[in-house]
Amino acid sequence: MIKIVDLVKSFDGRRVLDKVNLKIKQGETMVIMGGSGCGKSTLLRHLIGLETPDSGHVFIKGIDITKKNENELIEIRKKYGMLFQSGALLNSLTVGENVALPLTEHTTLDPKIINIIIKMKLELVGLSGFENLMPSQLSGGMKKRVGLARAIAMDPEIVFYDEPGAGLDPITAAVIDKLIMDLSSKLGMTSIVVTHEMNSAFRIADRMAVLYNGKVVQIGTPDQIKKSEHPYVKQFVSGAPDGPEPLKREKGDYLKRLMGTYE
Amino acid sequence: MLSNNKGGSGLISFIINSIKMSLCHIYSFFYLLAVVIRLFLTGLIKPGKVFKRKQIFDQMYHMGIQSIPIVLITSLFLGMTLAMLSMYALSDFGAELWVAGLVGVGFTRELGPLITAIVISGRVGAAISAELGTMQVSEEIDSLTTMGINPLRYLVLPRFLGLLIMLPCLTVISDYFGILGGYLICAMKMDMSWAYYKELTIIALSLKDVITGLVKSLSFAVVISMIGCYQGLIVSGGAEGVGKGTTKSVVNSLIFVIVMDSFFTALFSYVIV
Repeated sequence: MIKIVDLVKSFDGRRVLDKVNLKIKQGETMVIMGGSGCGKSTLLRHLIGLETPDSGHVFIKGIDITKKNENELIEIRKKYGMLFQSGALLNSLTVGENVALPLTEHTTLDPKIINIIIKMKLELVGLSGFENLMPSQLSGGMKKRVGLARAIAMDPEIVFYDEPGAGLDPITAAVIDKLIMDLSSKLGMTSIVVTHEMNSAFRIADRMAVLYNGKVVQIGTPDQIKKSEHPYVKQFVSGAPDGPEPLKREKGDYLKRLMGTYE
Repeated sequence: MLSNNKGGSGLISFIINSIKMSLCHIYSFFYLLAVVIRLFLTGLIKPGKVFKRKQIFDQMYHMGIQSIPIVLITSLFLGMTLAMLSMYALSDFGAELWVAGLVGVGFTRELGPLITAIVISGRVGAAISAELGTMQVSEEIDSLTTMGINPLRYLVLPRFLGLLIMLPCLTVISDYFGILGGYLICAMKMDMSWAYYKELTIIALSLKDVITGLVKSLSFAVVISMIGCYQGLIVSGGAEGVGKGTTKSVVNSLIFVIVMDSFFTALFSYVIV
C-alpha cells in the first residue's frame, strides 16, 4: 500500500530524516514511534505530501507522490484522511459544516444526503447531535473526535493520525484508540499512527516502527518491540531516563556552550 | 569573543541578508498574486468549481458592509476639515465659492480612495492576516490541504474578490460623505443651500475624476487583500508570529497604498490626460 524508499530531509543543515525505509501493508495499523524531535511528524508530512523530500520516494499504491504537482496531489489526497494533533477544525464553521467540508467541496451530493452522512459519521465517533455547535464550545477530546469524523467523511482508504492521544485524559485517549481500532477492523482502513504514548501504541498496533535520529531502528509486532534487544528501543519502551539517548551532555560540551566558544 | 562576530563585515552581511530577504519576499508575494489571478481566470471559465458564492458574500459582508460606519465618519470629518482649510486659503482671494469644487474634485480623485484604503488597511488588512495567521499556526491550513482543498482558492480568493468588489463601493460612499462634510461647512459659514452646493460641485467635477478614483481603489483592494493574505500565510511561531504578521501587514499596506496613490496621481495628471 505505502512504500517509503530512502527518504532524506534536512532543515537548516540538520538531517531530520536519514534514509528512512518502510513498507505498510493494506488494512494494517502501523504505529510510528520515537522521541520528540526524532522526525516522526516530518515523516508523516511527507506521506501526505505537505513536504517535499531532499531525496528518496514515497509510493502510495504504486504512485510516487514526491513527483506529483499540487493539482495531482489534490486528487490523491481525496483518498486520504488525516487527524491532526489538535483536531485542526475550522473555527469559523460549525461541527456539522466541518465534517461536511470535504463533501461539499469535492462532491455534488444533495445537501440532504450530506446531512445524513454527517449524522452517520458523528454517530460513529459518539457525538450525534453536536452538529450545530461551534468548535470553540467543544473540549479537546471532542474536537479530536470531530476531526476524526471529518477525516473519514469521504470514506478514505488510508487514515493518518498525528499523536491521537496527546493532551487527553487516559479514558478519552482509550476511546480514541478504540475508534481507530474499530475503523480499521470494521471498514478495513489502513491506519498510520504517529505517537510516543506506549500504552496506546501497544494497544492499537499491528506492527510498529521505531524512529531514532531520523532512522528506522526497528520494525516489528508489538511483542517483538517489547522484547527488543536494541538499546534505544529498550530505553524507549521502559521509559528509562538514561541510556543511548543521554540525560545530559558531556561536561566539556556544557562549558563550551556556556562560554559560547563552540564552533 | 563570540564566534559569529566578524568585525566590520557584520554590518555589510546584515545589509546583504536584508536585501536578499526582501527580494525573496517580493518574489513570493508576486508568485502568490500570480497564482490567485490564475485561479480567478480559471474561475471565469468554470465559475461553479472555483467561486463559492457563500464564501464571497460572507467576506463582502465582513469587509464591506461592516466597514461602512468607520468610512462614513472619517470621510465626513475629513470633508469638513478640507472645506474649512480651503475656505481659509481661498478667502484671501474672495473665492470661497470654489470650496465646493475643491472638495468635490479633491475627494473623488484623491482623498476618498486614499482615506478608504487607509481605514480598510487597518480594519480589514489586519483582520485578514490575523485570521489566516491563526489558521496557519493551528494547522487549519494544513488540514485544508490534506482534505484536497486548495487553501488559496478556499481562503485567499474569496477575500481577494470580496475586497475587489467592496472597496470601490466604499470609496463611492466616502466620496459622497466627504462632499456632504464640505457642504455642512459651507451651509454653516455661507448659508449655502444644498441645491446650489450640489450644482457647484457638479460643474467642477468631470466623470474622469470619479473613474480615476475608482481605478485607484481597485488597485488598493489588490494591495490590501494580497498583503494581508501573504503576511497571514507566512506566519510561523505561534501567537507572537501572528502579532508580528498582522503588524507587518498593516505597515506594508499603508506604505504601498500611499506610494501607489502618488504613482497613480502622477499617471493620471501627466501621462493619461
